[in-house]
Amino acid sequence: MSHRDIQLDKDGRLRHFLTIEGLKQPILKQILDASDFFAEVGERPIKKVPSLKGKLVTNLFFENSTRTRTTFELAAKRLSADVLNFNVAVSATSKGETLLDTLRNLEAMHSDIFVVRHNDSGAAHFIANNAAPHVKVINAGDGRHAHPTQAMLDMYTIRHFKGADFTGLRVAIVGDVLHSRVARSQIQALNTLGVSEVRVIGPKTLIPAAARSLGVHVYHNIDEGIREVDVVIMLRLQKERMSSALLPSEQEYFQLFGLTEKRLRLTDPKAIVMHPGPINRGVEMASAVADGPRSVILKQVTFGIAVRMAVMSIIMGAAPNA
Amino acid sequence: MNSSKKLFLDESAITALLEEMVLALHSRMSMQGIKDPVMIGIHTGGVWLARRLHKMLNVRDQLGTLEITFYRDDFTRIARNPQVHPSNLPFSVDDRHILLVDDVLQTGRTIRAAMNEIFDYGRPASILLLSLVERGCRELPIQPHVVGIRPPLKPNQHIKLTGPEPLALEIEERRAEDAA
Repeated sequence: MSHRDIQLDKDGRLRHFLTIEGLKQPILKQILDASDFFAEVGERPIKKVPSLKGKLVTNLFFENSTRTRTTFELAAKRLSADVLNFNVAVSATSKGETLLDTLRNLEAMHSDIFVVRHNDSGAAHFIANNAAPHVKVINAGDGRHAHPTQAMLDMYTIRHFKGADFTGLRVAIVGDVLHSRVARSQIQALNTLGVSEVRVIGPKTLIPAAARSLGVHVYHNIDEGIREVDVVIMLRLQKERMSSALLPSEQEYFQLFGLTEKRLRLTDPKAIVMHPGPINRGVEMASAVADGPRSVILKQVTFGIAVRMAVMSIIMGAAPNA
Repeated sequence: MNSSKKLFLDESAITALLEEMVLALHSRMSMQGIKDPVMIGIHTGGVWLARRLHKMLNVRDQLGTLEITFYRDDFTRIARNPQVHPSNLPFSVDDRHILLVDDVLQTGRTIRAAMNEIFDYGRPASILLLSLVERGCRELPIQPHVVGIRPPLKPNQHIKLTGPEPLALEIEERRAEDAA
């Protein structure tokens, strides 16, 4: 079964949100428009709507991520849902069975939405394929595969600052694209929304060999790559990559690919700087950039709640699995 | 679906109804001693009407708009594909008199949702309900203060405002087996 089949109900509504791949532009725009509504809710005295009252959202995190879990939790609470946080220690030996057993247990508690984070690619799909028909699944990051809600909050941030028309934009993604589920989902979303020029910038060891087939321009020199772009997205560098011979030292990485104020002057004068967090200051970017006037990193966090409210609401509006 | 659509009222007839509603509203407001109200339209048809009424009444504050999709009591019961606008209330509702505008009042559930949403912004002094069309089939104890028209409609007839320019009211007749 293809991704698209499982993500959509028979009338084409979004039922699970597992990957950007295969989703058409109207669905992404529906998420962005609903996020507009929920961003406004976040400014009200009472930041809560009743749409998921009596529903149970279970955060099923097989991989630790306090901030992603927290924003999903807050999003669910602002929709008046109840929230269960379930942190599962990964057992390397009996993954398949453990996962199914865990699933049955949580279904017995009448969960309506599973928010799944797992270090294996495909885990959220596996759960969506095996969950009870009424259960909806959101992928909160699986292995190197996808992180669709992060990508959509990035798209929402871009739309907020650059307007609804994505077509004329130049967007650069800088860093470890090879291992990044965030970058993969971002590239798919940017392409679907019609961005004319997506660039990926990083050392040869961290750019996938097939990058060009994703419809992006590849640069190994940041000073060339960020020239005149409207949006710079910095990726988080996993510390463990440093010791794996894929990278030189942190200092050398910063010298070659770190975003500094001097380099930022090469971009369009109104360019925004984004980062999914948490930032490694002095590795991916200088503190002066992270805290500077072009940084929208904290806005991304705020918008992340609205976008996750939008996704949960939209999938709860879809029909159950056939 | 087997159905037939026909025009019920055109732009000029609706404008005439809105003028009558303004007159009725003025006397209602003076009766209740309401001065300097704010106006809120409910998406989508209510906003179209509220833009007209807002101008005709010379309301001082900017028009507010309300998206009630996520306040509906059937939100997770009916499969839907919400296309939504953000709500926008460019004033504090606390202690203000609100003129709430909708296109068609039927079950009353939309108005309940709208009132729940308004109270998430604060505590208004009062709410007056204005509806261009009122029809039967109320399911909640909600009544309008000012109505444009109460057309005699059969249960299988569905009335709908189209717009925003020009405004028109259409009646769609559904064959009995579809209406059920």
